[in-house]
Amino acid sequence: MDPLGRPRSPASQAARGSRWADRNFYLLALLAALTILGLIALVGWELYRGCHLALAKFGPAFLANSSWDPVSDVYGALPFIFGTLVSSLIALIIAVPLGVATALFLTEMAPQAIRQPVITVIEMLAAVPSVIFGLWGIFVLIPWLRDHLFPWLHSTLGFLPFFSGPIYGVSMLAGGIIVAIMILPIITSVSREIIRSVPNLQREAAYALGSTHWEVIRIAVLSYAHRGIFGAAVLGLGRALGETMAVTMVIGNRPEISASLFAPGYTLASVIANEFTEATSDLYLSALFELGLVLLGITLIVNVIAQLMLRTFSGSSTGKT
Amino acid sequence: MPENSTLPIESGPAPAEAIKPQSPGQTADAPAFDVSNFSLWYGTRQALHDVTIQISKNRVTAIIGPSGCGKSTFLRALNRMHEVMPGTRMQGSLKLFGEDLYRPGLDAAEVRRRVGMVFQKSNPFPTMSIRENVLVGLKLNGIRDRALLQERLEGSLRMSALWDEVKDHLNRPGVSLSGGQQQRLCIARALAVEPDVLLMDEPCSALDPLATARIEELIQQLRLRYTVVIVTHNMQQAARCSDRTAFFYLGRLIEYADTRVLFTSPANPQTEAYVSGRFG
Amino acid sequence: MSADSYNQARPSISQQARRRWVSRIVTALMGLSALLVMTPLFLVLYFLIREGASALDWHFFTQLPKPTGEVGGGMANAIVGTLVLLGMAAAIGVPIGVMGGVYLAEYGGERTNDVIRFTADVLNGIPSIVWGMVVYAMLVVPFKTFSAYAGGVALGLMMVPMVMRTTEEVMLLVPQSYREAGLALGIARWKIITVIVIRTAMRGIVTGVLIALARVAGETAPLLFTALGNNFWSHNLSEPISALPLQIFSYAISPYDDWHRQAWAGALVLMLLILVTNLVVRMLSRGRPQS
Repeated sequence: MDPLGRPRSPASQAARGSRWADRNFYLLALLAALTILGLIALVGWELYRGCHLALAKFGPAFLANSSWDPVSDVYGALPFIFGTLVSSLIALIIAVPLGVATALFLTEMAPQAIRQPVITVIEMLAAVPSVIFGLWGIFVLIPWLRDHLFPWLHSTLGFLPFFSGPIYGVSMLAGGIIVAIMILPIITSVSREIIRSVPNLQREAAYALGSTHWEVIRIAVLSYAHRGIFGAAVLGLGRALGETMAVTMVIGNRPEISASLFAPGYTLASVIANEFTEATSDLYLSALFELGLVLLGITLIVNVIAQLMLRTFSGSSTGKT
Repeated sequence: MPENSTLPIESGPAPAEAIKPQSPGQTADAPAFDVSNFSLWYGTRQALHDVTIQISKNRVTAIIGPSGCGKSTFLRALNRMHEVMPGTRMQGSLKLFGEDLYRPGLDAAEVRRRVGMVFQKSNPFPTMSIRENVLVGLKLNGIRDRALLQERLEGSLRMSALWDEVKDHLNRPGVSLSGGQQQRLCIARALAVEPDVLLMDEPCSALDPLATARIEELIQQLRLRYTVVIVTHNMQQAARCSDRTAFFYLGRLIEYADTRVLFTSPANPQTEAYVSGRFG
Repeated sequence: MSADSYNQARPSISQQARRRWVSRIVTALMGLSALLVMTPLFLVLYFLIREGASALDWHFFTQLPKPTGEVGGGMANAIVGTLVLLGMAAAIGVPIGVMGGVYLAEYGGERTNDVIRFTADVLNGIPSIVWGMVVYAMLVVPFKTFSAYAGGVALGLMMVPMVMRTTEEVMLLVPQSYREAGLALGIARWKIITVIVIRTAMRGIVTGVLIALARVAGETAPLLFTALGNNFWSHNLSEPISALPLQIFSYAISPYDDWHRQAWAGALVLMLLILVTNLVVRMLSRGRPQS
């Protein structure tokens, strides 16, 4: 008896059996990987299917129409697109400088002993659920903004249209600020990765010219990494656009287009969150699905751009090292 | 060694066409591998050109040559390991005890069970104990018989001269051993599935001289039962422990002869240049 | 060479001083930014503990929510609901994600892998609320009911790309030599992958799964119109089910002080759940041998 089983024994069958198992395992893995492609198709298809009613009724005018009136069954996406873009823009204006500065601090200056704790804190910040930021926003951030920051902005910068008008607390600016907090971790960590990939040779060359610390960063690091950092910002934008719960809880949820950042606003994601289960008519629901499709379209484009930018950056940097 | 080994060995006349472990005492010069006009490509790059060689049974055959000469490629062709890389292509014939190893329908896994391999860097599985490392090949090939497993465990560890060192802590992780012990563990692991042939790809290149000496000693004992093919960049090693030596250069087999002959009076000027240390 | 002529070739002292000052100021600003970025976490944690701890008592973990106007009650059903949803999400996300990672690390060609990785990264960026709508259309509309199933599927689908990418990464860290050793023993490929490669990479895979679970545990948006929420125990997975984030949301936007306190308590529990998971992840990855 050959216990291992050599040819002419049942082992040939075992070999065939294992080849069969190998094949099936491979197919299973392939199927799982293809699920990814299936998922993206599923998302697009389900949203498209959900909004055919609204598409047929309003056509492209849906995007430009600024009235959202469920009572008379008239729907337009403009206030939400406006709100989404403005709140995300505010978030970027706050988060990109802070995030990049923090990333520079961590890679270029921080002593080893405090580097890891700071990174840990930022990772923890990323782990806080949106709804908890929303809760904190309602009960802590909004009162403070209403009583302190906003009145101060109003009195010092009130001549600008952005900082004029009545103060409620819940507002476009509050939404932007809370989203900024939420995208800070991703902007910081992606920028950090990119700055870390700057070859040390670049820094040494700049130091050799007698540059100060900041000049080294400006000349060697930023000029080398700016494309990647831009990619990080675009990635952050993608997250900001789709942020739902915290924004819904602090932005005020009023479908108006106002120049003042103190006025309430509404975003694509938050109108869906608020009104989806209350949509009484088929057209209403369909219009919400179309908002979802718009949101998906914007975030897909932004994410694809971000991925492409980060990819070409990492490609070029690996090419040079 | 072999007399106190408990490895069950197939004895008696074997059917000519079946591949069986060969017991010592049969005609020693019958070829184990019979390779003719074997060429191999990685993509468009040809790595082996028309290699024809017969590798004797129960002998240690060393393959030497400068790096990039195709010696490792050739070794890996002997158990079809090169197929792991996509885009490889071969031509010619490669037979083990008369059976074409590239015959359509023959599973590469089947071939590799008969042709064991030990690698340049010892690679015991990091999550497994010494015992599991030795037995993993058997277990994953479907052997459940506990008595047999125990037998093979002790047998292979004795065979690889590791038993006395590890018999009291078989449940320790395989990676807890020293470098030389790890390499012997890998040899035990390869022997446990009872291959006919053992291929060794520079098995000592990562070891200190003492550990190297132990492995070389081990190789001498292995040839009593196995056919051993060893790739080495160390000519002294080839001279010390092989019976026959093949010299490869630029993907071609330049010379193949008894080790003593090849190192003392090589027929080919390139061989002579290499063994006398003038290049490589 | 005289000292004078040497100094003339160099920038003036005042200019040098200015450059040094600029550098110092910018450096300080960067440190300040780092401080500012960390502040929100401390503020959130501070208020979670200050507001939440007082509302946390035995009842919170054992009782159902009280009807409007009544004081007391708890979130027992929401806590269980979250665990149930996470279990279902893992049942979907882990096998598909891990097998997909296996494909990327072990089988896929360069081209296919590029496409799949790219798509997975893009999927990771899809707003979570969109997943809610998709599963609503896929499972709620046809079965005419919000359900725990729908909620679990929504979270599970979100996990797939996350788990897939981390699985691939950690499997690629397993040295090729282990696969070769397995092949040289004549072991079938799928056994090499499952018994040797996955086992070696297990810690990393578990880490990835835990991170993904911690991420979806706090998700509210995809549950709003799938799991919906429920003020009672769900006896059946085809009924709506409560979840901590949902309960926090609906209590936070309610007009009742007592519910606000409960929202803080719920948020504290959810945060602790996530922090503990992160801690476990940290411990797991600290022990990982560097390759």
